[in-house]
Amino acid sequence: MEMFPLVVQGACVRRRGKLLVGPVDLTLGGQGSAIVIGPNGAGKTTLLKMLHGIVRMRDGSLDWACPLAEAQKHQAFVFQTPVMMRRTVIENIAYPLRLTGVRRREARARAADWAERVGLGSILERQATNLSGGERQKLALARALVREPQVLFLDEPCAALDGRATREIEEILTRAAASGTRLIMSTHNMGQARRLADEVIFVLRGRIHEFGPADEFFAGPQTAQARAFLNGDIVE
Amino acid sequence: MGDLWAGLGQAFWLLATLDADLVEITLRSLRVTLTALVIACAIALPLAAFLAVRRFRLRRATIAVLNALMGLPPVVVGLVVYVFLSRAGPFGVFGLLFTPTAMIIAQVIIVVPLVASVAHQSLRELWSDYHDLLISMNATQFQRIKALLWDGRRALLTAALAGFGRAIGEVGAIMVVGGNIDHATRVLTTAIALETGKGEFAMALGLGFVLIALAVAVNLMIHWLGRTESEGRW
Repeated sequence: MEMFPLVVQGACVRRRGKLLVGPVDLTLGGQGSAIVIGPNGAGKTTLLKMLHGIVRMRDGSLDWACPLAEAQKHQAFVFQTPVMMRRTVIENIAYPLRLTGVRRREARARAADWAERVGLGSILERQATNLSGGERQKLALARALVREPQVLFLDEPCAALDGRATREIEEILTRAAASGTRLIMSTHNMGQARRLADEVIFVLRGRIHEFGPADEFFAGPQTAQARAFLNGDIVE
Repeated sequence: MGDLWAGLGQAFWLLATLDADLVEITLRSLRVTLTALVIACAIALPLAAFLAVRRFRLRRATIAVLNALMGLPPVVVGLVVYVFLSRAGPFGVFGLLFTPTAMIIAQVIIVVPLVASVAHQSLRELWSDYHDLLISMNATQFQRIKALLWDGRRALLTAALAGFGRAIGEVGAIMVVGGNIDHATRVLTTAIALETGKGEFAMALGLGFVLIALAVAVNLMIHWLGRTESEGRW
Protein backbone atom coordinates (compact mmCIF):
# COMPACT_ATOMS: atom_id res chain seq x y z
CA MET A 1 0.00 0.00 0.00
CA GLU A 2 1.41 3.37 -1.02
CA MET A 3 1.10 6.10 1.62
CA PHE A 4 2.99 8.86 -0.15
CA PRO A 5 2.91 11.60 -1.17
CA LEU A 6 1.78 13.23 2.04
CA VAL A 7 0.20 16.55 1.14
CA VAL A 8 -0.33 19.18 3.83
CA GLN A 9 -2.13 22.41 2.98
CA GLY A 10 -2.66 25.37 5.27
CA ALA A 11 -2.46 23.18 8.37
CA CYS A 12 -2.55 25.01 11.71
CA VAL A 13 -2.36 23.91 15.31
CA ARG A 14 -3.81 26.23 17.91
CA ARG A 15 -4.06 25.93 21.65
CA ARG A 16 -6.35 28.22 23.60
CA GLY A 17 -6.54 30.46 20.59
CA LYS A 18 -2.79 30.79 20.22
CA LEU A 19 -1.25 29.68 16.95
CA LEU A 20 1.48 27.14 17.71
CA VAL A 21 2.20 25.83 14.24
CA GLY A 22 1.15 26.89 10.79
CA PRO A 23 -0.03 27.54 8.31
CA VAL A 24 2.01 24.61 6.98
CA ASP A 25 2.18 23.67 3.30
CA LEU A 26 4.28 20.62 2.61
CA THR A 27 4.48 17.72 0.20
CA LEU A 28 6.56 14.75 1.26
CA GLY A 29 7.59 11.90 -1.00
CA GLY A 30 8.19 8.38 0.22
CA GLN A 31 11.96 8.11 0.07
CA GLY A 32 14.78 8.76 2.54
CA SER A 33 15.02 10.69 5.75
CA ALA A 34 13.51 14.11 6.33
CA ILE A 35 15.13 15.95 9.22
CA VAL A 36 13.28 18.74 10.97
CA ILE A 37 15.57 21.39 12.42
CA GLY A 38 15.04 24.75 14.04
CA PRO A 39 15.65 26.63 17.27
CA ASN A 40 14.05 25.77 20.60
CA GLY A 41 10.33 26.51 20.64
CA ALA A 42 10.13 26.72 16.86
CA GLY A 43 7.37 24.08 16.77
CA LYS A 44 9.32 21.00 15.64
CA THR A 45 7.66 18.64 18.09
CA THR A 46 4.18 20.01 17.43
CA LEU A 47 4.77 19.76 13.69
CA LEU A 48 5.77 16.10 13.99
CA LYS A 49 2.83 15.35 16.25
CA MET A 50 0.50 17.10 13.83
CA LEU A 51 1.79 15.08 10.89
CA HIS A 52 1.42 11.90 12.94
CA GLY A 53 -2.07 12.85 14.09
CA ILE A 54 -1.50 13.02 17.85
CA VAL A 55 -2.13 16.76 17.82
CA ARG A 56 -5.31 17.93 16.13
CA MET A 57 -5.23 20.50 13.36
CA ARG A 58 -7.63 23.41 13.61
CA ASP A 59 -7.43 24.47 9.97
CA GLY A 60 -6.13 23.09 6.72
CA SER A 61 -5.80 19.57 5.44
CA LEU A 62 -3.43 16.66 5.70
CA ASP A 63 -3.84 13.93 3.10
CA TRP A 64 -1.99 10.67 2.74
CA ALA A 65 -2.16 8.80 -0.54
CA CYS A 66 -4.25 6.14 1.21
CA PRO A 67 -7.21 6.40 3.60
CA LEU A 68 -6.28 7.98 6.94
CA ALA A 69 -7.20 4.89 8.98
CA GLU A 70 -4.86 2.79 6.85
CA ALA A 71 -2.11 5.38 7.04
CA GLN A 72 -2.33 5.48 10.83
CA LYS A 73 -1.72 1.73 11.03
CA HIS A 74 1.58 2.10 9.22
CA GLN A 75 3.12 4.87 11.31
CA ALA A 76 5.00 4.93 14.58
CA PHE A 77 6.34 7.68 16.81
CA VAL A 78 9.38 7.79 19.07
CA PHE A 79 9.16 10.51 21.70
CA GLN A 80 12.00 12.65 22.98
CA THR A 81 11.43 11.26 26.46
CA PRO A 82 10.60 7.62 25.80
CA VAL A 83 7.47 6.43 27.55
CA MET A 84 8.20 3.18 29.36
CA MET A 85 5.15 1.07 29.97
CA ARG A 86 5.26 -0.56 33.39
CA ARG A 87 6.19 -3.91 31.96
CA THR A 88 9.27 -5.89 31.07
CA VAL A 89 11.40 -5.05 28.04
CA ILE A 90 9.94 -7.85 25.94
CA GLU A 91 6.37 -7.02 26.94
CA ASN A 92 6.94 -3.38 25.99
CA ILE A 93 8.20 -4.32 22.54
CA ALA A 94 5.47 -6.92 22.02
CA TYR A 95 2.70 -4.55 23.06
CA PRO A 96 2.04 -2.88 19.65
CA LEU A 97 1.76 -6.33 18.10
CA ARG A 98 -0.68 -7.48 20.76
CA LEU A 99 -2.80 -4.42 19.96
CA THR A 100 -3.20 -5.63 16.40
CA GLY A 101 -4.27 -9.09 17.51
CA VAL A 102 -0.98 -10.95 17.08
CA ARG A 103 -0.93 -13.97 19.39
CA ARG A 104 1.13 -13.69 22.54
CA ARG A 105 3.67 -16.33 21.62
CA GLU A 106 4.31 -14.90 18.15
CA ALA A 107 4.38 -11.34 19.47
CA ARG A 108 7.00 -12.29 22.06
CA ALA A 109 9.11 -14.09 19.45
CA ARG A 110 9.08 -11.07 17.15
CA ALA A 111 9.72 -8.74 20.08
CA ALA A 112 12.70 -10.85 21.15
CA ASP A 113 14.06 -10.64 17.61
CA TRP A 114 13.78 -6.85 17.61
CA ALA A 115 15.27 -6.61 21.08
CA GLU A 116 18.23 -8.57 19.78
CA ARG A 117 18.59 -6.25 16.78
CA VAL A 118 18.73 -3.14 18.95
CA GLY A 119 21.03 -4.72 21.51
CA LEU A 120 18.56 -5.42 24.31
CA GLY A 121 18.53 -9.18 23.84
CA SER A 122 20.20 -9.88 27.16
CA ILE A 123 17.73 -7.94 29.31
CA LEU A 124 14.39 -9.10 27.95
CA GLU A 125 12.83 -9.72 31.35
CA ARG A 126 14.10 -6.55 33.03
CA GLN A 127 11.51 -3.96 34.05
CA ALA A 128 11.55 -1.21 31.42
CA THR A 129 11.34 1.51 34.04
CA ASN A 130 14.75 0.41 35.37
CA LEU A 131 16.59 0.95 32.07
CA SER A 132 19.19 3.64 31.40
CA GLY A 133 18.49 6.53 29.02
CA GLY A 134 20.15 4.85 26.05
CA GLU A 135 18.41 1.54 26.70
CA ARG A 136 15.07 3.28 27.00
CA GLN A 137 15.54 4.95 23.64
CA LYS A 138 16.54 1.66 22.05
CA LEU A 139 13.49 0.01 23.54
CA ALA A 140 11.30 2.83 22.21
CA LEU A 141 12.83 2.33 18.77
CA ALA A 142 12.33 -1.44 18.84
CA ARG A 143 8.73 -0.93 19.98
CA ALA A 144 8.16 1.51 17.13
CA LEU A 145 9.84 -0.67 14.51
CA VAL A 146 8.34 -4.00 15.55
CA ARG A 147 5.23 -3.35 13.43
CA GLU A 148 7.53 -2.46 10.54
CA PRO A 149 5.97 0.95 9.91
CA GLN A 150 6.27 2.68 6.58
CA VAL A 151 6.77 6.00 8.35
CA LEU A 152 8.67 6.53 11.57
CA PHE A 153 8.44 9.89 13.32
CA LEU A 154 11.21 10.62 15.81
CA ASP A 155 11.32 13.60 18.12
CA GLU A 156 14.95 14.25 19.01
CA PRO A 157 15.61 10.59 19.79
CA CYS A 158 19.24 11.20 20.77
CA ALA A 159 18.74 14.20 23.04
CA ALA A 160 20.52 13.59 26.35
CA LEU A 161 22.31 10.48 25.07
CA ASP A 162 26.06 10.01 25.11
CA GLY A 163 28.12 9.57 21.94
CA ARG A 164 28.11 5.79 21.98
CA ALA A 165 24.35 5.51 22.51
CA THR A 166 23.80 8.13 19.79
CA ARG A 167 25.90 6.14 17.33
CA GLU A 168 23.99 2.94 18.14
CA ILE A 169 20.66 4.69 17.66
CA GLU A 170 21.82 6.18 14.35
CA GLU A 171 22.89 2.74 13.15
CA ILE A 172 19.44 1.37 13.92
CA LEU A 173 17.84 4.31 12.11
CA THR A 174 20.10 3.88 9.10
CA ARG A 175 19.16 0.19 8.88
CA ALA A 176 15.47 1.06 9.21
CA ALA A 177 15.76 3.64 6.43
CA ALA A 178 17.65 1.17 4.25
CA SER A 179 14.85 -1.35 4.67
CA GLY A 180 12.33 1.17 3.35
CA THR A 181 11.03 2.99 6.42
CA ARG A 182 10.54 6.69 5.78
CA LEU A 183 12.12 8.64 8.66
CA ILE A 184 10.80 12.04 9.68
CA MET A 185 12.89 13.20 12.58
CA SER A 186 13.62 16.35 14.50
CA THR A 187 17.03 17.04 15.96
CA HIS A 188 19.10 19.76 17.54
CA ASN A 189 22.31 18.09 16.55
CA MET A 190 23.50 19.56 13.25
CA GLY A 191 26.11 16.83 12.88
CA GLN A 192 23.40 14.24 13.14
CA ALA A 193 21.25 16.15 10.68
CA ARG A 194 24.12 16.16 8.16
CA ARG A 195 24.74 12.45 8.69
CA LEU A 196 21.15 11.30 8.36
CA ALA A 197 19.27 13.84 6.26
CA ASP A 198 18.17 13.37 2.68
CA GLU A 199 15.81 16.32 3.05
CA VAL A 200 15.77 19.17 5.55
CA ILE A 201 12.72 20.95 6.92
CA PHE A 202 13.78 24.17 8.64
CA VAL A 203 11.12 25.37 11.07
CA LEU A 204 10.92 28.80 12.63
CA ARG A 205 8.08 30.31 14.67
CA GLY A 206 5.79 27.44 13.80
CA ARG A 207 6.24 27.76 10.05
CA ILE A 208 8.35 25.94 7.52
CA HIS A 209 10.95 28.42 6.36
CA GLU A 210 12.87 26.11 4.09
CA PHE A 211 12.34 22.64 2.75
CA GLY A 212 14.56 20.86 0.28
CA PRO A 213 17.36 18.39 -0.36
CA ALA A 214 19.86 18.24 2.51
CA ASP A 215 22.91 18.81 0.28
CA GLU A 216 21.49 22.02 -1.09
CA PHE A 217 20.31 23.25 2.28
CA PHE A 218 23.63 22.73 4.01
CA ALA A 219 25.61 24.07 1.02
CA GLY A 220 23.57 27.24 0.66
CA PRO A 221 20.49 27.95 2.72
CA GLN A 222 18.02 30.26 0.99
CA THR A 223 16.95 32.41 3.93
CA ALA A 224 18.96 34.62 6.26
CA GLN A 225 17.41 32.89 9.29
CA ALA A 226 18.51 29.44 8.10
CA ARG A 227 22.00 30.78 7.41
CA ALA A 228 22.17 32.30 10.87
CA PHE A 229 20.91 29.07 12.43
CA LEU A 230 23.54 27.02 10.65
CA ASN A 231 26.20 29.51 11.76
CA GLY A 232 25.17 28.92 15.35
CA ASP A 233 23.68 32.37 15.83
CA ILE A 234 20.62 32.88 18.01
CA VAL A 235 17.55 32.84 15.80
CA GLU A 236 14.15 33.94 17.11
CA MET B 1 -7.50 0.04 81.41
CA GLY B 2 -8.66 -3.14 83.06
CA ASP B 3 -11.21 -3.65 80.28
CA LEU B 4 -8.43 -3.32 77.70
CA TRP B 5 -6.35 -6.09 79.26
CA ALA B 6 -9.44 -8.19 79.77
CA GLY B 7 -10.27 -7.62 76.08
CA LEU B 8 -6.84 -8.71 75.00
CA GLY B 9 -7.12 -11.80 77.18
CA GLN B 10 -10.59 -12.52 75.79
CA ALA B 11 -9.34 -12.09 72.22
CA PHE B 12 -6.47 -14.44 72.89
CA TRP B 13 -8.80 -16.96 74.52
CA LEU B 14 -11.33 -16.80 71.66
CA LEU B 15 -8.58 -17.36 69.13
CA ALA B 16 -6.78 -20.02 71.11
CA THR B 17 -9.94 -22.09 71.59
CA LEU B 18 -11.17 -21.34 68.07
CA ASP B 19 -14.50 -20.33 69.49
CA ALA B 20 -17.23 -21.64 67.17
CA ASP B 21 -19.26 -18.42 67.23
CA LEU B 22 -16.17 -16.33 66.57
CA VAL B 23 -15.15 -18.48 63.62
CA GLU B 24 -18.65 -18.32 62.18
CA ILE B 25 -18.89 -14.55 62.59
CA THR B 26 -15.40 -13.99 61.25
CA LEU B 27 -15.97 -16.14 58.19
CA ARG B 28 -19.24 -14.36 57.50
CA SER B 29 -17.52 -10.98 57.87
CA LEU B 30 -14.87 -12.06 55.40
CA ARG B 31 -17.35 -13.56 52.97
CA VAL B 32 -19.61 -10.49 52.94
CA THR B 33 -16.73 -8.02 52.75
CA LEU B 34 -14.66 -9.81 50.13
CA THR B 35 -17.71 -10.47 47.95
CA ALA B 36 -18.68 -6.82 48.18
CA LEU B 37 -15.11 -5.79 47.44
CA VAL B 38 -14.84 -7.99 44.35
CA ILE B 39 -18.14 -6.66 42.98
CA ALA B 40 -17.18 -3.07 43.87
CA CYS B 41 -13.79 -3.42 42.17
CA ALA B 42 -15.42 -4.91 39.07
CA ILE B 43 -17.53 -1.75 38.84
CA ALA B 44 -15.14 0.89 40.20
CA LEU B 45 -11.85 0.06 38.49
CA PRO B 46 -13.11 0.09 34.88
CA LEU B 47 -15.13 3.20 35.76
CA ALA B 48 -11.97 4.88 37.09
CA ALA B 49 -10.02 3.95 33.96
CA PHE B 50 -12.88 5.13 31.74
CA LEU B 51 -12.97 8.48 33.53
CA ALA B 52 -9.20 8.80 33.08
CA VAL B 53 -9.23 7.98 29.38
CA ARG B 54 -12.47 9.34 28.04
CA ARG B 55 -13.31 13.01 27.66
CA PHE B 56 -17.02 13.78 27.76
CA ARG B 57 -19.16 16.72 28.75
CA LEU B 58 -20.09 15.71 32.29
CA ARG B 59 -16.75 14.11 33.14
CA ARG B 60 -15.64 16.67 35.71
CA ALA B 61 -19.06 16.66 37.32
CA THR B 62 -19.00 12.85 37.47
CA ILE B 63 -15.59 12.88 39.17
CA ALA B 64 -16.74 15.54 41.63
CA VAL B 65 -19.85 13.53 42.48
CA LEU B 66 -17.76 10.38 42.89
CA ASN B 67 -15.40 12.17 45.25
CA ALA B 68 -18.32 13.59 47.21
CA LEU B 69 -19.88 10.13 47.50
CA MET B 70 -16.75 8.89 49.29
CA GLY B 71 -18.20 10.53 52.36
CA LEU B 72 -21.58 8.88 51.95
CA PRO B 73 -23.07 8.24 55.42
CA PRO B 74 -23.34 4.44 55.67
CA VAL B 75 -26.45 4.51 57.77
CA VAL B 76 -28.25 6.50 55.09
CA VAL B 77 -27.11 4.00 52.47
CA GLY B 78 -28.46 1.26 54.72
CA LEU B 79 -31.74 3.09 55.03
CA VAL B 80 -32.10 3.55 51.25
CA VAL B 81 -31.22 -0.09 50.58
CA TYR B 82 -33.69 -1.07 53.31
CA VAL B 83 -36.46 0.88 51.61
CA PHE B 84 -35.67 -0.71 48.25
CA LEU B 85 -35.49 -4.25 49.64
CA SER B 86 -38.35 -4.07 52.14
CA ARG B 87 -41.58 -5.86 51.25
CA ALA B 88 -43.21 -2.64 50.12
CA GLY B 89 -40.13 -1.61 48.13
CA PRO B 90 -39.48 -2.19 44.43
CA PHE B 91 -37.22 -5.20 45.09
CA GLY B 92 -39.18 -6.58 48.05
CA VAL B 93 -40.28 -9.53 45.98
CA PHE B 94 -36.75 -10.98 46.08
CA GLY B 95 -36.86 -11.33 49.87
CA LEU B 96 -33.32 -10.07 50.32
CA LEU B 97 -33.78 -7.94 53.41
CA PHE B 98 -31.95 -9.27 56.48
CA THR B 99 -29.75 -11.55 54.40
CA PRO B 100 -26.00 -11.37 53.71
CA THR B 101 -26.90 -10.39 50.12
CA ALA B 102 -28.51 -7.20 51.38
CA MET B 103 -25.37 -6.48 53.39
CA ILE B 104 -23.24 -7.02 50.31
CA ILE B 105 -25.41 -4.64 48.28
CA ALA B 106 -25.07 -1.93 50.92
CA GLN B 107 -21.31 -2.41 51.15
CA VAL B 108 -20.92 -2.27 47.37
CA ILE B 109 -22.73 1.07 47.30
CA ILE B 110 -20.48 2.41 50.05
CA VAL B 111 -17.22 1.08 48.64
CA VAL B 112 -17.60 1.83 44.89
CA PRO B 113 -17.09 5.63 45.16
CA LEU B 114 -14.06 5.19 47.41
CA VAL B 115 -12.32 2.62 45.22
CA ALA B 116 -13.22 4.52 42.04
CA SER B 117 -11.91 7.84 43.37
CA VAL B 118 -8.63 6.48 44.72
CA ALA B 119 -8.11 4.41 41.55
CA HIS B 120 -8.94 7.38 39.34
CA GLN B 121 -6.24 9.49 40.98
CA SER B 122 -3.60 6.90 40.17
CA LEU B 123 -4.86 6.09 36.69
CA ARG B 124 -5.10 9.75 35.76
CA GLU B 125 -1.36 10.13 36.38
CA LEU B 126 -0.60 6.95 34.48
CA TRP B 127 -2.78 8.13 31.60
CA SER B 128 -0.89 11.43 31.40
CA ASP B 129 2.26 9.30 30.86
CA TYR B 130 0.66 6.93 28.38
CA HIS B 131 -1.61 9.36 26.52
CA ASP B 132 0.55 10.16 23.50
CA LEU B 133 2.03 6.66 23.28
CA LEU B 134 -1.28 4.80 23.19
CA ILE B 135 -2.86 7.27 20.80
CA SER B 136 0.22 6.97 18.60
CA MET B 137 -0.18 3.18 18.63
CA ASN B 138 -3.83 3.48 17.58
CA ALA B 139 -5.03 1.70 20.70
CA THR B 140 -8.81 1.54 20.93
CA GLN B 141 -10.64 2.92 23.94
CA PHE B 142 -11.01 -0.59 25.33
CA GLN B 143 -7.31 -1.34 24.80
CA ARG B 144 -6.33 1.89 26.54
CA ILE B 145 -8.48 1.05 29.55
CA LYS B 146 -7.06 -2.47 29.62
CA ALA B 147 -3.48 -1.18 29.50
CA LEU B 148 -4.14 1.29 32.31
CA LEU B 149 -5.76 -1.34 34.51
CA TRP B 150 -2.96 -3.83 33.94
CA ASP B 151 -0.01 -1.45 34.23
CA GLY B 152 -1.57 0.37 37.15
CA ARG B 153 -2.42 -2.79 39.03
CA ARG B 154 -0.16 -2.09 42.02
CA ALA B 155 -1.80 1.28 42.60
CA LEU B 156 -5.20 -0.30 42.11
CA LEU B 157 -4.36 -2.79 44.81
CA THR B 158 -4.03 0.12 47.20
CA ALA B 159 -7.44 1.38 46.11
CA ALA B 160 -8.91 -2.07 46.68
CA LEU B 161 -7.31 -2.26 50.12
CA ALA B 162 -8.79 1.11 51.03
CA GLY B 163 -12.15 -0.32 49.99
CA PHE B 164 -11.57 -3.43 52.06
CA GLY B 165 -10.72 -1.31 55.09
CA ARG B 166 -13.91 0.67 54.69
CA ALA B 167 -16.07 -2.41 54.15
CA ILE B 168 -14.71 -4.62 56.93
CA GLY B 169 -15.18 -1.85 59.48
CA GLU B 170 -18.65 -0.89 58.30
CA VAL B 171 -21.44 -1.22 60.86
CA GLY B 172 -24.25 1.31 60.27
CA ALA B 173 -25.55 0.13 56.92
CA ILE B 174 -25.22 -3.59 57.51
CA MET B 175 -26.88 -3.29 60.88
CA VAL B 176 -29.90 -1.70 59.19
CA VAL B 177 -30.18 -4.08 56.22
CA GLY B 178 -28.76 -7.19 57.92
CA GLY B 179 -30.48 -6.91 61.25
CA ASN B 180 -27.60 -8.51 63.20
CA ILE B 181 -29.41 -11.86 63.31
CA ASP B 182 -27.47 -14.59 65.13
CA HIS B 183 -26.24 -17.36 62.80
CA ALA B 184 -27.59 -15.44 59.81
CA THR B 185 -26.32 -11.88 59.39
CA ARG B 186 -24.19 -11.25 62.45
CA VAL B 187 -20.68 -10.06 61.55
CA LEU B 188 -17.77 -8.82 63.66
CA THR B 189 -18.77 -5.16 63.69
CA THR B 190 -22.42 -5.73 64.50
CA ALA B 191 -21.42 -8.28 67.17
CA ILE B 192 -19.13 -5.66 68.73
CA ALA B 193 -21.99 -3.15 68.75
CA LEU B 194 -24.25 -5.74 70.37
CA GLU B 195 -21.75 -6.74 73.06
CA THR B 196 -21.04 -3.08 73.84
CA GLY B 197 -24.76 -2.49 74.19
CA LYS B 198 -24.95 -5.40 76.63
CA GLY B 199 -22.11 -3.95 78.65
CA GLU B 200 -19.82 -6.89 77.78
CA PHE B 201 -16.82 -4.69 77.10
CA ALA B 202 -14.25 -7.44 77.37
CA MET B 203 -16.03 -9.51 74.76
CA ALA B 204 -16.56 -6.42 72.55
CA LEU B 205 -12.88 -5.54 72.82
CA GLY B 206 -11.91 -9.14 72.13
CA LEU B 207 -13.95 -9.10 68.94
CA GLY B 208 -12.45 -5.69 68.13
CA PHE B 209 -8.92 -7.04 68.39
CA VAL B 210 -9.86 -9.96 66.18
CA LEU B 211 -11.30 -7.50 63.65
CA ILE B 212 -8.11 -5.42 63.66
CA ALA B 213 -5.95 -8.53 63.33
CA LEU B 214 -8.10 -9.72 60.44
CA ALA B 215 -7.85 -6.40 58.61
CA VAL B 216 -4.08 -6.26 59.07
CA ALA B 217 -3.68 -9.90 58.03
CA VAL B 218 -5.68 -9.46 54.84
CA ASN B 219 -3.73 -6.29 53.97
CA LEU B 220 -0.40 -8.00 54.54
CA MET B 221 -1.47 -11.04 52.56
CA ILE B 222 -2.55 -8.96 49.58
CA HIS B 223 0.67 -6.94 49.73
CA TRP B 224 2.66 -10.13 49.87
CA LEU B 225 0.73 -11.75 47.03
CA GLY B 226 1.00 -8.60 44.93
CA ARG B 227 4.70 -8.17 45.77
CA THR B 228 4.00 -4.45 46.07
CA GLU B 229 7.26 -3.70 47.79
CA SER B 230 9.49 -5.82 45.53
CA GLU B 231 12.28 -3.75 44.10
CA GLY B 232 11.93 -2.71 40.49
CA ARG B 233 8.52 -4.24 40.01
CA TRP B 234 5.23 -2.56 39.39
